[in-house]
Amino acid sequence: MTETASDTPRFYRARDGRLVAGVGVGLARHLGIDPVVTRLALLALGFGGIGIAVYLALVFFVPPQPATDDTEETDPESVRERKGRDISQLLAYLALAGGLGVLFLVFGGVFDPLLWFLVFGALGATILWQQANPALRDEWMSATVLRSRKSWVRTGAGVLLIVIGVIGFLAFQRQLHEARAGLTFALTILTGISLIAAPWIIGLVRERDKERRERIRNQERAELAAHIHDSVLHTLTLIQRRADDPREVQRLARVQERALRSWLYQRPADAETTVTPALERVAAEVEEVHGVPIEVVCVGDCPIDDGIHAALRAAREAMVNASKYAGTDAISVFGEVDPDEVLIFIRDRGEGFDLDAVPEDRMGVRGSIIGRMERHGGSARIRTAPGEGTEVQLRVPRSKE
Amino acid sequence: MEDENSTFASGAAIPRVVIVDDHRLFRSGVRGELGDAVDVIGEAGDVDSAVHVISDKQPDLVLLDVHLPGGGGVEVLRRVLSRHPEIRFLALSVSDAAEDVIGVVRGGARGYVTKTISGKELANAIVRVADGDAVFSPRLAGFVLDAFSATDAPPLDPELDRLTQREREVLRLIARGYAYKEVAKELFISVKTVETHVSSVLRKLQLSNRHELSRWATARKLV
Repeated sequence: MTETASDTPRFYRARDGRLVAGVGVGLARHLGIDPVVTRLALLALGFGGIGIAVYLALVFFVPPQPATDDTEETDPESVRERKGRDISQLLAYLALAGGLGVLFLVFGGVFDPLLWFLVFGALGATILWQQANPALRDEWMSATVLRSRKSWVRTGAGVLLIVIGVIGFLAFQRQLHEARAGLTFALTILTGISLIAAPWIIGLVRERDKERRERIRNQERAELAAHIHDSVLHTLTLIQRRADDPREVQRLARVQERALRSWLYQRPADAETTVTPALERVAAEVEEVHGVPIEVVCVGDCPIDDGIHAALRAAREAMVNASKYAGTDAISVFGEVDPDEVLIFIRDRGEGFDLDAVPEDRMGVRGSIIGRMERHGGSARIRTAPGEGTEVQLRVPRSKE
Repeated sequence: MEDENSTFASGAAIPRVVIVDDHRLFRSGVRGELGDAVDVIGEAGDVDSAVHVISDKQPDLVLLDVHLPGGGGVEVLRRVLSRHPEIRFLALSVSDAAEDVIGVVRGGARGYVTKTISGKELANAIVRVADGDAVFSPRLAGFVLDAFSATDAPPLDPELDRLTQREREVLRLIARGYAYKEVAKELFISVKTVETHVSSVLRKLQLSNRHELSRWATARKLV
C-alpha cells in the first residue's frame, strides 16, 4: 500500500483480492489505506442502514478495474489473493457482521439514533482526514471547478457534521424519547452528507459520461471507416482497373462523389416529395446510365403535383436525348419554381439539330416531351440549330391548392 | 466555351496569380491546367501563409479555396482586403453549400467557381475577375436568385435589397448555363452590359445587410 503524494490511483472496483464486489479494496487503494479499514467502515455503515445503499451505489457507479492494470500490483502479499475472493477473509467479515448484528439486536434495534450519530461523526472525521491528505486533495480538486473555496466549504461541512454528531449524541443521551428532535437531526445530517458527497458523485457521473461519449465516438469512427472502405476504396479499385477508359473512370468518380455527398449531408426524410431533390435525382439517374455529367441548379421549391411529375418525366427524356445525341461533355439543368408555374431548362452545348428535319415518326421529342407537357396544360419549347447546342424549355402551371 | 474568350484577346497583361488551397496535389494540378494563360507567382496551403504570400507578392488575383485550415477562405479575405483592397479574389471550392458560397462572396470574393471547372474556363474566369468583372457560376446565380426572392418582407434598402428585372433575367440565363456572350445575344444587349449587371448583383450581394441573406444561406446548408 504505497502512497504517493501526486498520483492517486483511480477508484476502480478491484478484480483481485476482492471479497464481494471489490468496492472495499478499490476504495482502500484509492485512499491509500489498508482494506481492513474500509471494510470495517462499510460494515459499520451497513448497520446504520445506509451502508448497504452506499455499497450498492458504489457497485453501480464505480467502473471495474481494467484487466490490464494488473501489472501495477507488486505487493508480494497480494499475489496470493489475486485469483479471486479470499474465502477465509469473507468468513471473518461475515462472522464480525453477525456478531455486531446480535449485539445491536440485544441493545434495542438497528435504528438506534445513537448509532447514527456515531456513524456520521466518524464520516465527518473521515472527510476532514481526506482533506488533510495531499494525495486526495488533488483528486478532490480535479473534480471541482472552484478550487480552494470548495475545499474550505467541504472542510466546514465536515466540521459541522462532527459537531452535529456530537451534540446529537449528547442530547439524545438525556432525551432519548423525543422523536421529533431525532428527525431534525437525521435530516440535518443527511443534508450534510449530501453536501459532501455531491461533488464526488457528480464527478463519477461525469466520468461515466465521458466514457460513454468516447465509446460513441469510437463507434462513429468505425462506421466511417467501414463506409469509406465499402464505397470509396471500392470505387478507387475499380477506377484503377478501368484506367484506360476515361469515360468509365469519370462515371465512376461522379457516382462515388454523389454517393459520398448524399451520405455526408443527409437529406431530410421527405426529400423526394419536392421539385429540387426530385430533379437532382432524375439528373443523377440519367448521368449514371449515360455517363455525361449533368449540373443541376434549382431556385425555389414546391411539392410535386401531377403536372410537375409530367414535367420531370419530360426533363428526364430531354436529358437522355442530350446525353445520347448531343456529343457533349456537360449538360446544364436549371429548375425554377415561380408562384404560378414551374420552369425546367435542359441545355447542352453539343451538336444541335434541325428541328424541322426530324421525321414525324420520331417519338422521342414529340411524344415524350412536347405531347406530355401539353397534356398537363404546360408547354415545351425546343431551341436548337446545327452546331449551336440544344435547349429544351419546359413550363407547367402549378395546381392551386 | 470558346465564345468566352473576348476578354482574352483584349491584349491585357497576363494576370499574376497566387493559388491558395490546402491540397498540394490540387495546386499543382491547377498550375498545370492553367498553363501559360496566367502567371502563377505563389502558392499557399493555409490562412497564415496565404496572408503572408499575398502581402509579399502583391498578385493581381488570388485563387482562393473556401475550406482552409486556420479559419477558411473568409479569414484570408478579411485579413488581406483590409490592407490591400485592390487585390481580387476568385473563390474555388468543392463545396456547393450555400453557406460557404454566399459567405465567401460576401467576404469579398468577386466570383465563385467549382473545382470541377475545366482549365480553360478557369483561365477565362481568372482573366475576367482580374479585369474587375464578376464571375458567377450557374450555381452561384441560382443561389443569388433564391436568396433575393426568399422573403416577402419589404426591403430595408430598395437600392441594395432588391434585384432589378434585368438583373434577374441575366442571372436566370447564367443559371441556365449561358455564357456572358450568349446572355448578351439572348437579351439583345452588349457583353459589357451583362458584365455591368453581374457586377451590380455582386455589389448588392456584398453590401446588402438584409439578414434574410445569411439566414437563408444557413437554412440551406446543402445543395
